[in-house]
Amino acid sequence: MSKEWPLWEIFIRGQHGLSHRHVGSLHAPDAEMAIKNARDVYTRRNEGVSIWVVEANNIAASSPSEKGPLYEPSESKIYRHPTFFDIPDEIGHM
Amino acid sequence: MYAQMVKSEATQDDPEKLAAFQEKIDANIKVEPRDWMPEGYRKTLIRQIGQHAHSEIVGQLPEGNWITRAPTLERKMILLAKVQDEAGHGLYLYAAAETLGVSRDELTEMLLDGRMKYSSIFNYPTLNWADIGAVGWLVDGAAIMNQVPLQRTSYGPYSRAMIRICKEESFHQRQGYDIMMKMAQGTEAQKKMAQDALNRLWYPSLMMFGPSDAASVHSEQSMGWKIKINSNDELRQKFVDQTVPQAKYLGLTIPDDNLTWNEDKGGWDYSDPDWTEFFDVLKGNGPCNTDRMEARNKAWDDGAWVRDGLLAHAEKKRAAKTAAE
Repeated sequence: MSKEWPLWEIFIRGQHGLSHRHVGSLHAPDAEMAIKNARDVYTRRNEGVSIWVVEANNIAASSPSEKGPLYEPSESKIYRHPTFFDIPDEIGHM
Repeated sequence: MYAQMVKSEATQDDPEKLAAFQEKIDANIKVEPRDWMPEGYRKTLIRQIGQHAHSEIVGQLPEGNWITRAPTLERKMILLAKVQDEAGHGLYLYAAAETLGVSRDELTEMLLDGRMKYSSIFNYPTLNWADIGAVGWLVDGAAIMNQVPLQRTSYGPYSRAMIRICKEESFHQRQGYDIMMKMAQGTEAQKKMAQDALNRLWYPSLMMFGPSDAASVHSEQSMGWKIKINSNDELRQKFVDQTVPQAKYLGLTIPDDNLTWNEDKGGWDYSDPDWTEFFDVLKGNGPCNTDRMEARNKAWDDGAWVRDGLLAHAEKKRAAKTAAE
């Protein structure tokens, strides 16, 4: 069996000025082919105006087992949300 | 259904972890690739998603058969776009299976040496142009029936692939029905071709949902894990109920003398397909099994130099770039 082409993660910017968003992955020998293949696979129906490709083994990710400790600080600081503060009705919209 | 008779794997994991996993599934929390999962869940999913992906790829063959013979340039371009979609669907699914720790090439090799299966439906030939209509209408119709609920499946990457596929699949069924309408409203000869296509593809389409619930041995665990959402007979019934009025509109007759409206269940009573034939086709004895596997093997072997060549070129370019830095 010959060597397998590396895996690329594909990110696409949609039409409406949003950030690039992960849409899926594909195999390609190099970045240029990955972009060409991504065009064929992920933008057949006008889904995007810009493509990023990143080789999958270059992505570092947080570990699922650390979920608790990693996100605990944000859960305990509810005052970061505007709804934490009561503003009197007569003040109007704030 | 593109995945039939998927054997579910027994699992021998820590009971506490299993219980926590089941709780998560019951609460509709998606399982993601790096989360803990039972070995049986992983293996069953690889088999199911793999079989589904292989079906998308092998499914290009009976339709590809008509690209060069489509009756008009417009029909040809539409069919080409549809077959290209199927390649994309196969790719989304292979990518989902890869997140479970199997490589793309391993999956391909398992298809090519017969360790993995694809849907029985693609072992039937497409003999006339109306077959392309009937495939879109019936085969894609049956696939949608199965894929829509699978958008809610518990495994995140599989669910996301299904959502993408369902968005594109409706075009496939409509283009098929459009061909059927044209044929059914055409000359006597065209109408005969349409009826002939329906006659040959009706029962193989019913087989797509897999054996009857009574004979379906692998469902319970898969349903518990939400990698199967409805039973085979439930989906088959829905498919028949949806298709009968569509056939009537075309003025075509579904080849089943027992087809009668059942007021009590609010659905049609219909004849089961010949299950002996179904199991025989799965074993490799359908009309086109040999052709399909030969075509896939040939494509894989003939393409080897392209895969190797492009990789060698990419490595050479990378080496040159490193040397220049």
